[in-house]
Amino acid sequence: MVGPAIGPVRRAFAPWNDPSAKPFIEFRNVTKRFGDFVAVKDLSLKIYEREFFALLGPSGCGKTTLMRMLGGFDEPTEGSILLEGKDLVGIPPYRRPTNMMFQSYALFPHMTVADNIAFGLKQAGMPKADIQRRVDEMLTLVKLEKFARRKPHQMSGGQRQRVALARSLAKKPKVLLLDEPLGALDKKLREETQFELMDLQMNLGMTFLIVTHDQEEAMTVADRIAVMNNGVIVQVATPAEIYEQPNSRYVADFIGDINLIEGKVASAGEGGTRLACAATGATVETNQTLTAAIGDEAWFAIRPEKMRISRDAPADPSVNALAGEVWDIGYLGDVSIYHVRLPTGATVKATITNATRLVERPISWEDKVWLTWSRDAGVVLTR
Amino acid sequence: MRKGQSWFNTTSVALGFAFLYAPIVILVIYSFNDSKLVTVWGGFSTRWYVELLNDQAMLDAAWITLRLALLSATMATILGTLAAITMVRFGRFLGRSVFSGMIYAPLVMPDVITGLSLLLLFVSIDIDRGFWTVTLAHTTLTMCFVAVVVQSRLVVFDRSLEEAALDLGCPPFKTFFVITLPLILPAVVAGWMLAFTLSLDDLVIASFTTGPGATTLPMKIFSQVKFGVTPEINAISTILITIVAIGVIAASLFNKRREVERQKAERLALQG
Amino acid sequence: MAAEAKDGSGRLRWLIVAIPFAWLLVFFLIPFFNVLKLSFSTRARALPPYKPVFDFADGIAGFFAKLQQLTLANHLSLFTDPRYVEAYLSSLKIAAISTVLILIVAYPIAYGMARAPREWRSMLVMMVILPFWTSFLIRVYAWIGILGNEGLLNGFLLWLGVIDQPITILTTDWAVYIGIVYSYLPFMILPLYATLEKMDDTLLEAAADLGCPPIQAFWKITFPISLPGVIAGCFLVFIPITGEFVIPELLGGSGTKMIGKTLWYEFFNNRNWPLASAVAVVLLLILVVPIVLFQNAQKVSEAK
Repeated sequence: MVGPAIGPVRRAFAPWNDPSAKPFIEFRNVTKRFGDFVAVKDLSLKIYEREFFALLGPSGCGKTTLMRMLGGFDEPTEGSILLEGKDLVGIPPYRRPTNMMFQSYALFPHMTVADNIAFGLKQAGMPKADIQRRVDEMLTLVKLEKFARRKPHQMSGGQRQRVALARSLAKKPKVLLLDEPLGALDKKLREETQFELMDLQMNLGMTFLIVTHDQEEAMTVADRIAVMNNGVIVQVATPAEIYEQPNSRYVADFIGDINLIEGKVASAGEGGTRLACAATGATVETNQTLTAAIGDEAWFAIRPEKMRISRDAPADPSVNALAGEVWDIGYLGDVSIYHVRLPTGATVKATITNATRLVERPISWEDKVWLTWSRDAGVVLTR
Repeated sequence: MRKGQSWFNTTSVALGFAFLYAPIVILVIYSFNDSKLVTVWGGFSTRWYVELLNDQAMLDAAWITLRLALLSATMATILGTLAAITMVRFGRFLGRSVFSGMIYAPLVMPDVITGLSLLLLFVSIDIDRGFWTVTLAHTTLTMCFVAVVVQSRLVVFDRSLEEAALDLGCPPFKTFFVITLPLILPAVVAGWMLAFTLSLDDLVIASFTTGPGATTLPMKIFSQVKFGVTPEINAISTILITIVAIGVIAASLFNKRREVERQKAERLALQG
Repeated sequence: MAAEAKDGSGRLRWLIVAIPFAWLLVFFLIPFFNVLKLSFSTRARALPPYKPVFDFADGIAGFFAKLQQLTLANHLSLFTDPRYVEAYLSSLKIAAISTVLILIVAYPIAYGMARAPREWRSMLVMMVILPFWTSFLIRVYAWIGILGNEGLLNGFLLWLGVIDQPITILTTDWAVYIGIVYSYLPFMILPLYATLEKMDDTLLEAAADLGCPPIQAFWKITFPISLPGVIAGCFLVFIPITGEFVIPELLGGSGTKMIGKTLWYEFFNNRNWPLASAVAVVLLLILVVPIVLFQNAQKVSEAK
């Protein structure tokens, strides 16, 4: 779904929009079967140089298998994987210019931190003095200079994670593969490390491919995200596009919180779409251009924070609006989530940012309220 | 019911251990008995140990048994480790169920059957029976024990360690020697020790498969024991028990020290 | 696996499988078929002491001619001669009774160990294993001095005044049972301890909370949970006891009939190799059922 850039743009870097750009990594019609189980189904994907690319999906969706095929630990059953235009199929992992940071870190427990980092360099036959220099450089990079002589079990989880990172970066791989790299860290440390990873990737100018099931992590670090399900890619787009313009109910539902309202297309075409929703007893109007026939099944997807909640009926009767009663309130501190019961029995979620500390008369349980939203607040999905 | 000491639990454990250890303790005490009669205490003496030292046949048997155990345990460790790798790593292959059957069956197979079948093999291929045939027999039996011990370690081995080595450019064969083997070494050593003791201990299989000039210590002891208790046998038993006890206690102390060091390291890690 | 094949490590992989496989085939599986074949042969006064002896020089016709000399007589005699039937039945009986005895003795010990203070437990386990590392033969031998007519046990009982003349224990089935229970006890304690130690204490607290008194809680909670350990332990001792030779030979008397002993005597004393082979084949057939059951039980507990 290529469209005008929406939401915050991290930097002016978007080779995927440039038709002349050569892909750095390319999966071509890759299928991977384990016995009867199809882990990856006829998948094609292009990743560009210096990109921070995330594979996101629930466990068992094939994201790890896809990454392992790039690392050489699994071979595709069909299709080819290209790096800088060269087919990698058949090349064993120890001859590939990729390095991987493992979910378990896989630090060699019988070697010191320095020996762990030096391991790959030794395999490459680098002279001793150069190895020493490179190891010191890597230790400085991950701020573990004082820990060179320690064994992995003598370090904390966060430190181990940095050793694993240093080890996989030491050989200057063409692509760094990160398999759930922050999964074992606690929430605070994970968030800090996400920003460190982004800085590192930017400064080193390397291509990073991360596998994660954590949508916030993917949204934070990645230039683009591929959302996977059952061995296929459902959507590839920037984090903002994924969030604001999901191409399917699956993606909309997987990322963040959303209201999905079923309806039938009342009118479609240039200039807007109208969707008659039996569940809410109202017709939703959007500016979206949709190619669908009248009467087709479709879903209106709107994020709770895109709805305004108020005690007063909207002044303009043409705006999208629903009347209901407050059924439940979840107070989360920064925001409050309101569950509003409609006369039809359906429940719609709306959030309010608690911007002021003291509200004179806050909206409370059983209050009659109006929910309103603009014509571009949500999207109509046909699958 | 809380976890803790009730009189019932304490008593049953105490009685259980008394039952397990009393015969051994009595055996050891009577090895220092001056009297030739086992039931009469004739005062403390080490004369049976001296007599043992002059019993050339017994010493020869001990020497043969030791060489046999060293050799067969080493061969069994190599073969058993290969078998464990096969079972854990190679997934399905033709004849896999036959293979795992051949690994597990000897563990519970009565010794008389294993011994008889190996003897008949050696007879039918017409090789001279003696030291080497017993070595082959012991290797066959004990490699299965090694395989099971090493297998249980390999099953919990984190494969990503090997993948990490491959990923960093280390070819598979070298990866086995620099990563896998050092990490499973404790299990391999334990397997070797088990194989060594089993070989040291075996009477039945050795009796079937041996030939002239290769009488092992258990065979020698067995032939004397049939004619009743002799203090000399008590003496050699005491020596064997002492060696094993020292070995096992040393091994467990070593493990304990490693455990303490590991805990120290973890505290260090928490401090950062 | 295309990657590995390219490096010649495919050949290496093949070797890793082939070496132990070939070894076990030659020294374990083929010998069994050899025993099977021999069990159909006839005893002969020759070296080796049986016929027919197959030889490649015979040619195919010779092979078939010799094939006709094979006989079922050995197997039939095992089922018709009461001596052998009795030995098989007696082996199974002794193994079954011993298994129950070992379970009764081992359970309280394992239970007590599992309830011992945490810091003692690994030491207690080591103390159970320690006798296992010392020679089996020596441990059985130790009982000869204790159980004999002039042995320590009789001396002790006489001194207590419980008996006025020595009772014969050695050379009876009693001595065999004591020796078996003693020797195989660790094999039952360890699997029992493993399951009991893993048991969650709060289960008993929950049972008590719901009004179940301790004795009932044992039978309704603890014992069913320890069942996998009980099953593993029973198979682990039953199978080898059935074929036991050393204990009945050293502690039992001429009246103690066990099949391991019968096999040994047929082989070494009577030099009837074909009959000894037939004994082994039938013993194996008897044990196949528990061995298969044991492996299935192991698979089930692994799957959990």
